[in-house]
Amino acid sequence: MSTNVARVLVCLEEVGAEYEVVNIDFQAKEHKSAEHLARNPFGQIPAFQDGDVVLFESRAISKYIIRKYKSAGEAADLLREGDLREAAMVDVWTEVEAHQYNPALSPVVYECLIYPAMRGVPTNQKVVDESLEKLRKVLDVYEARLSKHTYLAGDSVSFADLNHFPFTFYFMATPHASLFDSYPHVKAWWERLVARPSMKKLGATMAAAAAGIKQA
Amino acid sequence: MAPMKLYGAVLSWNVTRCATALEEAGSDYEIVPINFATAEHKSPEHLARNPFGQVPALQDGDLYLFESRSICKYAARKNKPELLREGNLEESAMVDVWMEVEANQYTSVLNPILFQVLISPMLGGTTDQKVVDENLEKLKKVLEVYEARLTKSKYLAGDFLSLADLNHVSVTLCLLATPYASVLDAYPHVKAWWSSLMERPSVQKVAAMMKPSA
Repeated sequence: MSTNVARVLVCLEEVGAEYEVVNIDFQAKEHKSAEHLARNPFGQIPAFQDGDVVLFESRAISKYIIRKYKSAGEAADLLREGDLREAAMVDVWTEVEAHQYNPALSPVVYECLIYPAMRGVPTNQKVVDESLEKLRKVLDVYEARLSKHTYLAGDSVSFADLNHFPFTFYFMATPHASLFDSYPHVKAWWERLVARPSMKKLGATMAAAAAGIKQA
Repeated sequence: MAPMKLYGAVLSWNVTRCATALEEAGSDYEIVPINFATAEHKSPEHLARNPFGQVPALQDGDLYLFESRSICKYAARKNKPELLREGNLEESAMVDVWMEVEANQYTSVLNPILFQVLISPMLGGTTDQKVVDENLEKLKKVLEVYEARLTKSKYLAGDFLSLADLNHVSVTLCLLATPYASVLDAYPHVKAWWSSLMERPSVQKVAAMMKPSA
C-alpha cells in the first residue's frame, strides 16, 4: 500500500470518519487517465473527494480531514491551530518527518522491501548503510526531543506523530528494525503509537497488502 | 517586545523563503547571520535553536522554531492570518495543497538545478549539466500543471494571495539568477502570476536582499 495513502488513512481512522478507498490501477495507467488527472493533476495518489471538494497531496488531505472533524467536535486536537506556539511545534515536527526523518529512513525500506518485491532487484547495501548512518544522526535528535516530551509536538499526540507511522511501520519489517533499540525514548514513543487502534487496524491492512505483493 | 530573530544567510533560499513571509506579514524581525565558514551552524548555541544544525531558525521570545515552512506559517498566523485562511475549511485546504505542491513538486526539482548552477561552483565544485537538464525537463512538466491552474484562478489557492504563492518566491528569484530563467516564458499565466508577485513591496525587498553586494 502506498505510504502516502496510508498517511491519509491514519488520519481518517483517528477521527472516526466514514470513508471508502477507491483503488487506482497503476498497471492499467489509470493514474494518467483524464478522470484521475482531474483529481490530481500530477497523476499521483492519493487524491480525495468529499462532495464538491477535491484535494491532492497527502498532508493537505489529512489536514482537511482533521479540521473537518475537529470542528464537528468529534476529534482530538491533532493540529492545535487554536494556539500559536503549539500549532508551530506541530508544524516543525511535521516538516522534520518530511525533510529529515523520511529521507534517511525510506531508502532502507525501498532497498530492503519494495525494490526486491516489485522489481526483483537485490538490496543495494551501500545505499542502506549510508541511510542508516544518516538515520542514526536523526534519531539522536529524536531521542533528545522525546526525552523531554511524551510526543513530538508536546505531551499529547498530534499530526506530527501520525505522519511517522507508514514508513516506520515498513521499516520495522526490514532486518534493521533493531536500530531503534539504541534509542529507548524513540522506541517507547513508537510503541505508544502502534498501540493506537487506528494504527493496529491500518498495520493489519498494510501487512496483508505487503504479503499480497510478495506472493504476486 | 523584541523583534523576532531569523538566523541564517540570505544566500540560502530556505532563509529567504522565511524573509518573504515575514515581510508580507509585516512582522517585526531582524536577520542574524550564521557563519558557515566557522562552523557556527554546529555550535551549541545554534544547535539549541535548530538541533539539525541547519538554517533557518527563528527565535520569538523564548520560542525557537526551525524548518522554513513552519517558520513561514508561524509568521502568517501571528501577523497576517488571512494568508492561511484557517477559519475556512475549503480555502485553507487549497492553501495547504499548493504549499505541499511547492515543496514536493516545484522546489524539489528546482533545488538540484540551483545547487548545481549556483552553489556547487561556489564550493569549488563543477556543475553537473546532466542533473540540470534532467530537472529542467521535470520542471517543464510541473509548469504545465501550474499554467493550467493559473488559467483558472489569479493565485494558486484561489483568487486570493496566500502563503502558497509566497513560498515560491525565494527559489524563483534564484532561478532568475541562473541561465535558465527563460524556462518560464512558455507559460504565460505563470509569468503573469510571477510578475504580479514581483510588484509586491515584500518581494522587492527580498529580491534586493539576495543581490550580491558590489
